[in-house]
Amino acid sequence: MSADLPILRNGQSLPLREVPEFPVGDFRDIILRRIQEGDRLACLCADVDLHLYAVLADDAGHALRVLRARLDAPRYPALTPDCPQAHLFEREIAEQSGIIPEGHPWLKPVRFHLPWNGAPDPWRRGGVPVPGVADFFRVEGEEVHEVAVGPVHAGVIEPGHFRFQCHGERVFHLEIALGYQHRGVEKALLGGPHPLSLKQAETACGDSSIAHAWAYCRVLEGLAGFQVPARVDLVRGVALELERVANHVGDLGALSGDVGFLPTASFCGRIRGDWLNLSAEGCGSRLGRDWLRPGGLRQELEPALAARMRPRLERAWADTKDAVELLWGAASVMIRFEAAGRVDSDQARAIGLVGVAARACGLGRDVRHDHPFGPYGERPIPVAQAESGNVHSRAWVRWLEAGASSGFLSTALTALADSAATPKPAPLPPLAPVQLCVSLTEGWRGEVLHLAWTDAQGRFARYKIVDPSFHNWFGLALALRGEQVSDFPLCNKSFNLSYCGHDL
Amino acid sequence: MIRSLLPTMLQFLLHGLTVLLLPPLIPGLIAKTKALMAGRKGPPVFQLYYDLAKLARKQAVFSRTTTWVFLAGPVGGVAAGLAASSLVPFGHTPAPVSFEGDVILFAYLFGLARFLTILSALDTGSSFEGMGAAREATFSALAEPALFLGFAALAKATSSLSLGTMLAFPGTLTARFTGPLILVLAGWAIVYLTENSRIPVDDPNTHLELTMIHEVMVLDHSGRPLALVLYGASLKLLVLGALILTPALPRAPHAWQNWLAFYAALAGLALGVGLVESSMARFRMTKVPQFLVAGVLATGFAFLLMLV
Repeated sequence: MSADLPILRNGQSLPLREVPEFPVGDFRDIILRRIQEGDRLACLCADVDLHLYAVLADDAGHALRVLRARLDAPRYPALTPDCPQAHLFEREIAEQSGIIPEGHPWLKPVRFHLPWNGAPDPWRRGGVPVPGVADFFRVEGEEVHEVAVGPVHAGVIEPGHFRFQCHGERVFHLEIALGYQHRGVEKALLGGPHPLSLKQAETACGDSSIAHAWAYCRVLEGLAGFQVPARVDLVRGVALELERVANHVGDLGALSGDVGFLPTASFCGRIRGDWLNLSAEGCGSRLGRDWLRPGGLRQELEPALAARMRPRLERAWADTKDAVELLWGAASVMIRFEAAGRVDSDQARAIGLVGVAARACGLGRDVRHDHPFGPYGERPIPVAQAESGNVHSRAWVRWLEAGASSGFLSTALTALADSAATPKPAPLPPLAPVQLCVSLTEGWRGEVLHLAWTDAQGRFARYKIVDPSFHNWFGLALALRGEQVSDFPLCNKSFNLSYCGHDL
Repeated sequence: MIRSLLPTMLQFLLHGLTVLLLPPLIPGLIAKTKALMAGRKGPPVFQLYYDLAKLARKQAVFSRTTTWVFLAGPVGGVAAGLAASSLVPFGHTPAPVSFEGDVILFAYLFGLARFLTILSALDTGSSFEGMGAAREATFSALAEPALFLGFAALAKATSSLSLGTMLAFPGTLTARFTGPLILVLAGWAIVYLTENSRIPVDDPNTHLELTMIHEVMVLDHSGRPLALVLYGASLKLLVLGALILTPALPRAPHAWQNWLAFYAALAGLALGVGLVESSMARFRMTKVPQFLVAGVLATGFAFLLMLV
């Protein structure tokens, strides 16, 4: 049965009627079987009229498969008991469309809003829901104590609530409650593309602007049947890798700061600025805002500019190396990194980790390699990997990736300096009606998925965004099991997940 | 009579002025050292004076769950620190107050300050502050034996229980006592870093509430009570600094030379703390007791060596 599922490549589109539809029982069986065979549940969502959609990623086969189910009533047997990857997706489905996944072990709201389609509130809260107000898992016992952190923290960071069940300094369980940053991005995108849609997509997670903007652009280009010139793709690749290196360098500095190792923390703080300034040189914005446009770029990278950026890149990389090598040389840092936050590869596979967190557990998941897009088919970047799944592994993967990306940037900028800028492309043709497109990019945290399909007028009937943080937050909770509560900030930083990317 | 009393009076006056005015400079020096080591300019060395002046003009905010106990921490901390400062000689200048057994009073004035700080942390009812209080109590329980074994070693060597005499010990230094003295100072250096919440035991600059020890206990203070907390912490840097510097300083013939040597050594100590903080990461919290036990062992061996 599953052999019939049509294969989609990353960024390809297909008419909505060709998406195979199954009764919900078969839908579940197919998903469970394919996941047992090694697929990943990249996305699971519902539309407003009782359809469930799933995107399965077959990383080894470089293929994506989409399937859907039609429900007769707003309830179905939950996948989560058999497939933990579906955990947060099913909570999201219940919250967005009021469809109850029956038998879900921990059916709580994700973002604390009422269903979009006017369906009754699955939690019967009455009135406007307040973020964070829900039941929390509790460990009972006289010696057990509970520590609640956030949503307001001692530093200037995003809001999130963390509930620890502790025995002295040891953590039994950590529950993470987010949703404080919910802005309604997916809902705002309905009926789009609007003039603001690109802005909304790239600020879905502001530190991954390029990854989200690129995924959005590729959705539109896929739905419009538009092929972007190769040079434009290469410039987009440069933008994405600059974003990656800047964030990885910032993270390595912050990790170092969290264990109180000052030299690398201070140096990386400055050097991250050098990388951001390269993005600013390219497009005028340090965070790469508004660099990409559906069908092309807002600003081409002129050959002369690419030639100017190269020596600056070499200098920034030399500085980065000097600063980060201090870190690997400090025994007091290594012992901290190696002792904390272990997630093993079985757990990582079961909960469907992506990106840096997955690669640190020995799972070679990288969209640039598994589902190549843009320039990565022709100019592959090696998949960075580590085995131990602890803080050290996650730091080390970042370091390897920063190196690989700066190598890519160097050759890409040389190629861009030697090739004439592409003329301004024709405007994007209108989107095909009743068509579905899945687009994946590899942001610096991991896989960014944008899934959209259009209505009869060629407007978005549904636009689904899955930020890597959505897959990975549960990994952080697992990394804390049995650890010291004082190591939480270090583990948290080693994942460095996004609150707004999760909350949308 | 007048002629011999006047210099002593002047010395006591200088002692008092040092206690009142100098402490905020020490964290400034440490911060400057760290900044320069990290290639930054860093805040001015007088930053804490500016902060204190700013906080003194601010109102305090009190949580509805707190009582007068919440204020006892900052006030008691400074009061105990000031009282203890009068017992300790700054370099080879006499302490204003000195009697047999003052060493016990000295140690437990800090114990009292800690007790009040812990109480005021618990008074907020916050789980972090409770956690910080538990950590502080655990670690100081391990730091105390190191302090006392050091005292015991010095008491044995000098046959005195008064800080003034015990710390003036190098004036009569013989080769036999050099080794034990180094051990005592090494153990006390560990106590110094622990008691003052410095890296590698605690990180005074972190904003991560779950990893803090001392800082988390004072998170709820604001305005003038916070100014007292900050001043009290810097006072502790000075007074405990005097404790570990005095036995290491050579005695000079003139009082002004002794004072100069003390100030120079204090600056050197701040520099040393800054260098330690710049060159290593914090320990994992489970490792801190091992570090403290090392301090206990060092001073313990010093005591044993004094016995033979």
